[in-house]
Amino acid sequence: MAGLTRRAVIAASVAAALSLAACGGGKQPSGPGGGASAAKTGFSAWALTGGAETTMKNSFATWTKENSSAPASVEFIANDAYKEKIRTAVGSGNAPTLIWSWAGGSLQDYVKNKNVVDLTDSTKELQSRLVPSILDTGKVDGKVYAVPNNNAQPVLMYYNLDVLKKAGISTPPKTYAELLDAVSKLKAAGVDTPISLAGQSLWPELMWIEYLLDRQAGTEVFDRILKGDKSAWSDPGMLEAMGKVQELVKAGAFGDKFGSVVADSNADAALLHTGKSAMLLQGAWVYGTFLTDAPDFVKSGKLGWGPFPTIEGGKGDPSNVYGNPANFWSVSAAASPEQQKAAIDYLNKAMFNESYVTDLVKDGMVPVTNDAAPKFKGSDQEKFLTYAYDMTANAKNFQLSWDQSLSAAQSQALLNNLGQLFLGRQTPEGYAKAMQAVQ
Amino acid sequence: MTATPRVGAAAPARRGQRSVGTGAGSRGAGSPGPSAWLAAPALVFFGLFAIVPLLGVVALSFTQWDGLGTPTFVGFDNWPRVLGDPVTQNGLKLTILLTVATLVIQGPIALLLGVFMAGRQRYRELLSILYFLPLLFSAAAVGITFKALLDPNFGLGQAFGWDWLNQDWLGRPELVIPALLFVINWCFVPFHSLLYQGAARQIPASLYEAARIDGAGRVRTFFSITLPQMRSTIITSATLQIVGSLTYFDLIFVMTNGGPGNATRVLPLDMYLRGFRSYDMGGASVVGVVIVALGLLVSFLLNRLTGNTRMESQMEGV
Repeated sequence: MAGLTRRAVIAASVAAALSLAACGGGKQPSGPGGGASAAKTGFSAWALTGGAETTMKNSFATWTKENSSAPASVEFIANDAYKEKIRTAVGSGNAPTLIWSWAGGSLQDYVKNKNVVDLTDSTKELQSRLVPSILDTGKVDGKVYAVPNNNAQPVLMYYNLDVLKKAGISTPPKTYAELLDAVSKLKAAGVDTPISLAGQSLWPELMWIEYLLDRQAGTEVFDRILKGDKSAWSDPGMLEAMGKVQELVKAGAFGDKFGSVVADSNADAALLHTGKSAMLLQGAWVYGTFLTDAPDFVKSGKLGWGPFPTIEGGKGDPSNVYGNPANFWSVSAAASPEQQKAAIDYLNKAMFNESYVTDLVKDGMVPVTNDAAPKFKGSDQEKFLTYAYDMTANAKNFQLSWDQSLSAAQSQALLNNLGQLFLGRQTPEGYAKAMQAVQ
Repeated sequence: MTATPRVGAAAPARRGQRSVGTGAGSRGAGSPGPSAWLAAPALVFFGLFAIVPLLGVVALSFTQWDGLGTPTFVGFDNWPRVLGDPVTQNGLKLTILLTVATLVIQGPIALLLGVFMAGRQRYRELLSILYFLPLLFSAAAVGITFKALLDPNFGLGQAFGWDWLNQDWLGRPELVIPALLFVINWCFVPFHSLLYQGAARQIPASLYEAARIDGAGRVRTFFSITLPQMRSTIITSATLQIVGSLTYFDLIFVMTNGGPGNATRVLPLDMYLRGFRSYDMGGASVVGVVIVALGLLVSFLLNRLTGNTRMESQMEGV
């Protein structure tokens, strides 16, 4: 191994990042630095790759063409890398003018440290176009600090109807018992991985425990956790849900190789459309992946979708949905007043205008606007979009994913222990105890 | 490669005595050397980018800070919390395991390969070039490539229909360590082979000639001449391996991210995940300080135990 130099480099870079951040703990009047360069009156933004990337690229390009005095400079960054980069940037006063987030825990941190500005009054124009329940996710203490910027992302079941049919299953499982039954039928038919699961990425495992808990015990248990009641981790409903995870793993529902599957490379979706597995629990954004990676599979009608199965005797409302209501833009408090104004202008005038919505729909995404439904009519993706829109609109409760709504320390402990649970190296009781130990 | 003394060149090497191999180390203390000021730029750079951040990390380890706002001083609170955490203890165990395994696997392979590559035959020189290749690739690229090759669903095993290769290499705790060790060694054996190749070529041919006249065979010359003559190189290589393994991060981060579970969450990775995923900068700094202390201690001990600080020549009496 290349020794001393490498150590020095790592130590220096980590420490440099830490000390850089330390220097800029307070507010800095200077404009955005850190790779996001924009003219003094223009604004910068860091957005995520994939998903609504095309829509956003078009939107920013059009804006810059029409407003040469306030140009937008945007950088697209991959999910995992972004989450780490943005924290240091915001903490050191070098954030881009527009800060991408999932709302939830990280937004609360930003608000607490006054890193973002109040948008309640300044973005009224944009807010009037958006679905109120999704807008609520961007509020902290009743004030708007983040506005949605793309599509509703409910988590739902995808099916390879072809594989199901070959195993003698005519309709996708509607209940947990039917799901277990389908697993054993698929196994018997030679499908090694009945349910595709990206275990290495961990967060897809979270979707299972979220839905199992919700169907089992309703929203009440997680609400208690959100309020800081740690005893909820050992609530019978929670233990039951964790037990069901283990039951599925033991039944071989996810096969024996899920630990190598990575969601960022869309390997879980690939397992489904290549016929190696029959079911997949994933976000609505994966529909876009199917469209790009396997257009014929979608066109031939082999792709099915539906809600998460119910549990017999469970308390949860079957219309409850987990996922990301949307992604959000916040405006950095460290940006200059001109930049803030330009960014807010952009939000009001260019976000979710006619062409923005059209672009989203074209790529198979559900815009979070009030009047989205008629826009799907006649589009190629009408069936899926209508389903996902109705699912979002009719949900009795649309809960933001746990890893986004809890604090960073909690969500890391959550994911870590969840990985262990799926590996069979953690018991439900041990899981509950580990979560209660997190500060 | 620089020319090394062969039969004809053995004489100047003999006359050169200590200057061969040890260089400046054998200079008398009083002899006029280059001015110490020449070291100033390097020292300033080192101080600014290694010492100052290091002190910053030590200071941060006594604070609580989530990356936003200002750090708050919490005294020794972080230390017992982090050191008592089973995740950290597991990380320490893994780091030691990785270090020992690296030393045991990499050392002998690199040494044998290096000695083999030191030969002047045409085919050996060609092979040396091939062995050298992994050194040219970035760790991230290697990690991503091996991740794809080892993928049980879409990887090498599927492409060729080899069922034995279709294991959940990176997804099962008992398989992931051997898989990682394989890739890490694949990456770093070439570097150490190169060190040994250079060292082997510096051994005066006269030693081998004398041994041959005395009737020593290949194995005997290897153990009696080659190994002892490469002592300094072995120590250097071992130090690099040990200190490198203690801080190894990039390949593991790319390939497993510490998973499955905590099966590959070595200390440096634990530090990173604490700091930049859990935003627990105080806790991460504690782990950082532990790693630095461990690295310094180990390299100090190595130097002490092997007497390498005395900078003796291996050419005594040649």
